[in-house]
Amino acid sequence: MNVHTHKQFDAEMEAIRSGVLAMGGLVETQLNRAIAALEDDDERGGIDQVGAAEREINQMQVTMDQQCSQIIAKRQPAAIDLRVVLTITKIVNELERIGDEVKKIAYKSAQSRGANQLDHVRRFDVVHAAEHAREMLQLSLDAFARLDVEAAAEVVGRDEEIDAAFSAILRQLISYMMEDPRTISSALEIVFIAKSIERIGDHAKNIAEAVVSAVMGKDVRHASAEQIRAEVAEE
Amino acid sequence: MNFEAIAARAATTSLPGGEAPPKMAVRNLDFFYGRFQGLKNINLDVAERRVTAFIGPSGCGKSTLLRTLNRMYSLYPGQRAVGEILFDGQNILEPGVDLNLLRAKVGMVFQKPTPFPMSIYDNIAFGVSLYEKLSARDMDERVEWALTKAAMWGEAKDKLKQSGMALSGGQQQRLCIARAVAVKPEVLLLDEPTSALDPISTAKIEELITELKEDYTIAIVTHNMQQAARVSDYTAYMYLGELVEFGVTDSLFLKPKRQETEDYITGRFG
Repeated sequence: MNVHTHKQFDAEMEAIRSGVLAMGGLVETQLNRAIAALEDDDERGGIDQVGAAEREINQMQVTMDQQCSQIIAKRQPAAIDLRVVLTITKIVNELERIGDEVKKIAYKSAQSRGANQLDHVRRFDVVHAAEHAREMLQLSLDAFARLDVEAAAEVVGRDEEIDAAFSAILRQLISYMMEDPRTISSALEIVFIAKSIERIGDHAKNIAEAVVSAVMGKDVRHASAEQIRAEVAEE
Repeated sequence: MNFEAIAARAATTSLPGGEAPPKMAVRNLDFFYGRFQGLKNINLDVAERRVTAFIGPSGCGKSTLLRTLNRMYSLYPGQRAVGEILFDGQNILEPGVDLNLLRAKVGMVFQKPTPFPMSIYDNIAFGVSLYEKLSARDMDERVEWALTKAAMWGEAKDKLKQSGMALSGGQQQRLCIARAVAVKPEVLLLDEPTSALDPISTAKIEELITELKEDYTIAIVTHNMQQAARVSDYTAYMYLGELVEFGVTDSLFLKPKRQETEDYITGRFG
């Protein structure tokens, strides 16, 4: 893409673009910590780090929103610039909410321990779903960095898999709870964790949809993955 | 070419978005300043009772195009237009067109406010008296009507006998718009009407444009892209005498079809 006549405008756009990627990187690190907490029975030190980093993510959201407001006020961006700025404000919001979900996962993973028969659900099925969510997040941020609509369309398609994984975990946990009521409180914590993972998938999907609208100027929210792929192929 | 054929041709060309009928239709228009070609094969429709904006860098031909729409260029020898400009189906480029009548129907407001060195009242009455014989009372009514249309009546009603030259720049420009409106044209051409005005006067003129399009077809040339985005329904981006992109303003400023347009409206030009 050509540079702006106002070079400072380019610098400001670059600052918010790299700001999103820095924020995304931090959220990804948080998700890795949460996955470690799910896998490791003694993991406790990670929780404090998660709390501190979550506050940092919140602060990044505020800063990024200010930078976007400044660009809109000073530069009156149009066309691709406007679409990118609007997309960034959406992505920043989604990242902050992923940060919230990750924090919940990290804290709840400590509380979910106790019922030994549920350990394998947490350490395998839930971790597997969380890794899937992490891949979706990485892919959606890659799609943003490269303004790659095909990668974005793939993220949207993969959200269905995470929804299916959530349903499968829920069915398993319901079986345990019916069989042995003493597992109920641990099982409910794991349900909340799985729900948070499912929400992370939704947020990653929203990021991907925002990337598609930035590149193509079309609003693809509420469209199916097939419809989005068709739109992308047409472009 | 007979009238029906021309009208049929104009009717078949749909505007982008397509909800407004064309008031003027430019077809295969070339324009020459002597041997220099200022416009190259322009095709576009000016929608009825809508605002059409022409944008582009200096020298792109946007003012030239505007000046062909009422044949203002005919004042200058050596300037000529080839092609067709259909105004309600009639080709105004044909010889034998009554230019005074044409310019009464297609009024123009210029970049710099150009009030005549006479009273506010006479600035408006002068043009009207060239086309219509009105009684003193009817003329009073017409002056009030035109000043009201131009959002000037409140400011001007107590000083109608004062010189138009004594007004502020923004008021002078609104007086010029009142003068153009007074002869009841069908189309108003505005050539950078706010480039010499402060932001408040500019906002008033923009507000006025939005009100005037209820009754008039408006074409505006502007260097201010945000102004084009704010006031127009259709936007034409021109470069080096060619029409690069013509589309519905709302989509052109969000997702233009051509890379050249995108570069220009995002400030990546040159």
